[in-house]
Amino acid sequence: MADYDVPEITGEDGIVDVPALQPDAMKSHGPWVSKPEFQDAMHFPTDFNMPEDVSAYGNTDTLVENWKERALDKMADLKGRYRSLQVFLDICVKCGACTDKCHYYLGTTDPKNMPVARQDLLRKVYRRYFTFAGKFFGKMGMPGFVGAAELDEDVVKDWYNYYHQCSQCRRCSVFCPYGIDTAEISMAAREILDHIGMGQKYCTEIMGKLNKIGNNLGLPEAALADTLEGLEEDIYDETGVEVKLPLDKKGAEILLITPSADFFAEPHVDGLMGYAKVFHELGLDWTLSSYASEGANFGMFIGSYENMRKISLRIRKAAQDLGVKRIVFGECGHAWRVAYSFLNTLAGPFDFLDQNYPIPQHVLEITEPALAAGKLNIDKSKNDDMVLTFHDSCNIARGSRMGAKPGGQFDIPRNVIRAVCNNFVDMPADTIHDATFCCGGGGGILTDDLMDIRIKGAQPRMEALKHVTDKHQVTHMAAICAICKSQFTKVVPYYGFSMDMIVSVHQLVSNAIFLTGQLTEEEIEAKEAAEEAEWAAAREKAAAEKAAKESEEAEKETSDK
Amino acid sequence: MQMTIGVIYAVLFWAATLVLVLGVANKIRIYAKVPAPLKIPTTPAPVTQGGVVIRMMQEVFLFKSLFRSDKLLWALGFLFHYAMLLIVIRHFRYVQEPIWGFVQFMQPFGKYAGFLFIIGLLGLLARRLFIDRVRYISAPSDIAMLLLLIMIGISGLLMSFVSHTDIVMVKAFFRGLITFDWQPLPTDGLLLLHLGLVAILMLIFPISKLLHAPGIFFSPTRNQVDNPREKRHVAPWAEELEKQNKMFLDELD
Ligand code: SF4
Ligand code: SF4
Repeated sequence: MADYDVPEITGEDGIVDVPALQPDAMKSHGPWVSKPEFQDAMHFPTDFNMPEDVSAYGNTDTLVENWKERALDKMADLKGRYRSLQVFLDICVKCGACTDKCHYYLGTTDPKNMPVARQDLLRKVYRRYFTFAGKFFGKMGMPGFVGAAELDEDVVKDWYNYYHQCSQCRRCSVFCPYGIDTAEISMAAREILDHIGMGQKYCTEIMGKLNKIGNNLGLPEAALADTLEGLEEDIYDETGVEVKLPLDKKGAEILLITPSADFFAEPHVDGLMGYAKVFHELGLDWTLSSYASEGANFGMFIGSYENMRKISLRIRKAAQDLGVKRIVFGECGHAWRVAYSFLNTLAGPFDFLDQNYPIPQHVLEITEPALAAGKLNIDKSKNDDMVLTFHDSCNIARGSRMGAKPGGQFDIPRNVIRAVCNNFVDMPADTIHDATFCCGGGGGILTDDLMDIRIKGAQPRMEALKHVTDKHQVTHMAAICAICKSQFTKVVPYYGFSMDMIVSVHQLVSNAIFLTGQLTEEEIEAKEAAEEAEWAAAREKAAAEKAAKESEEAEKETSDK
Repeated sequence: MQMTIGVIYAVLFWAATLVLVLGVANKIRIYAKVPAPLKIPTTPAPVTQGGVVIRMMQEVFLFKSLFRSDKLLWALGFLFHYAMLLIVIRHFRYVQEPIWGFVQFMQPFGKYAGFLFIIGLLGLLARRLFIDRVRYISAPSDIAMLLLLIMIGISGLLMSFVSHTDIVMVKAFFRGLITFDWQPLPTDGLLLLHLGLVAILMLIFPISKLLHAPGIFFSPTRNQVDNPREKRHVAPWAEELEKQNKMFLDELD
């Protein structure tokens, strides 16, 4: 583990005390900037050059010609297309209610990570160039009187740095008296940055892969097919049941869209096997698509409606090409927000799908009712080696819903965990449900060049986790988001936890489910022993034959002589 | 002299009213015109329009989200806003003839609400000065706005309780404003200060954060129904992409 300044956690009440300000604590050049070739694929301007050295990234060396004018033009364009941006820039009263609500502020103490201060980085420019008060006091040489400021390179540096220290988790918007959502401001700021030569490498590079190959990993069809076959074998070895993970199966009823991390990362892949077992057991005819083999949609992170739509349309096309009747999403937070809240807008109308099911549907919306109806054979004791808690993913908690009732996104995953595990404890109330803290890696932050902010931003969640591990013997934390799972497995060791403590919710289902025709552990052992014996016998036979042949040859040789 | 002052203040109030009404109307027009292209209610959110009305009412009248986030700020804000409401109701008596029974009834409450108004504002000011996070995000104009309100309150209270002005003349002046009829105004320093500050408040309303009052009704995170799966929601500019079968806005005809 590389050396980082890791905040201390106590586990006392599970809540991080609000720290005093330390200006510029997180001042930096920000994440790696995106090359012109990546920007080109996203339809962003490319008239800039890359700096030689990484340390110059984010230092405005990459700004395009006339960047100031183009930034202001983009701002004008966006505030004319997004009511959220226009209204939020105007109505903040600087009450400060949001100032202690952001995990990045709590973890870093940098005042520019207070939601309102983060908004102000953009708002002060809006005030200066688009409002009477800002123009008036700007002309008098005192724009600061009304919270306005000139747009210069230092402002752009702050934009690039601090808008990449926001995971667009929307916690601030829950607590703001007007619902001002800093995520909306962050997205707009990143869209502006993309138009002046300061895109972020991580997001645009990944979207480029998706547009070319179909998923964020750049995993081609053949490799995906191999991986799925391997998983089928794993399930067979473990259960003796042939559970399929079909790929590009025409005419299947369900198209499953899941984050590509589910295909290889731990513990994501255990979740994927869980969905497969549930579908198998319920007799659902399903398939994955190689063309749309990605649930995540990074277009949201960079605030690009156009790119987000382009990615979403792949799902529509895959559903049409395969002739499916339903679309179901796997465990992923941002994916589910885009799917639940935006997919119908971006890629609808889905009149060609079966209207008797929600479009799209979350896999938990299938598993939970099936468990409640007793359609799955469950042995809870299989999870008795764990005491679980559950991390509400920010984008699911505050940007989507599951089931018919508001708040279903909190109850449904918990119902599933309780149905398959005997031991479950929630973390403190101020850190769950819609007050949940982001894992620290959401919204385009999950990249190695932002490790420092990722570790510090995890502090509020780690503090709450420490509380339940210390006081309630919790051993594992379940999550339903690919980013949360990846972020936590990487970051929890810095706080003294083991990375194995992070589990997928469907992994718990997978552990506890007993498939029709599944062999018991003894049977599997017996089967393995029998197989082993068969092998041994075959080996012996082969050896005996070989020996016989050799002695025959030897005899022949002697007789020849 | 009283006539000259009356004319000056009449012009000032007409102008301030015009700026306030047109300015706010213009902002409301913009907020209504700019589309919300995506469904972004902060969830859990109501699934019906009726539910949204209830959610909005809870925010507007009870400051529900603020209550969750900061109890002290909620208390101060609640005190200040409701005191102001009582004070405004009380002031109807200076333009109405005959005065409604309700306004009559509210008179004593409105009168003493002035003290709560000041207490609330002083509390808000103290937060800005003494809490480091709030100090950091305060621009000078944020402090100036509190001082403006405090001075309006103090000058008003002084007239109510210490040095009364010629209220009959004041009332004639304001009734005259409504009928575009010049009327004299007492040349009383306190009164002129009070009225001048109120006019300033009206003038800055549409160009400042005071827009939070109309703005909250347009906040998409609070005013949207949570029904994106059931009902397709598309902004006109996004629909154009579909119609012309294009991926990017700059490819549109
Ligand atoms: S809570 Fe809302 S209004 Fe208050 S400072 Fe934060 S963003 Fe502004
Ligand atoms: S959206 Fe989340 S990360 Fe961004 S400012 Fe708000 S609380 Fe912080």
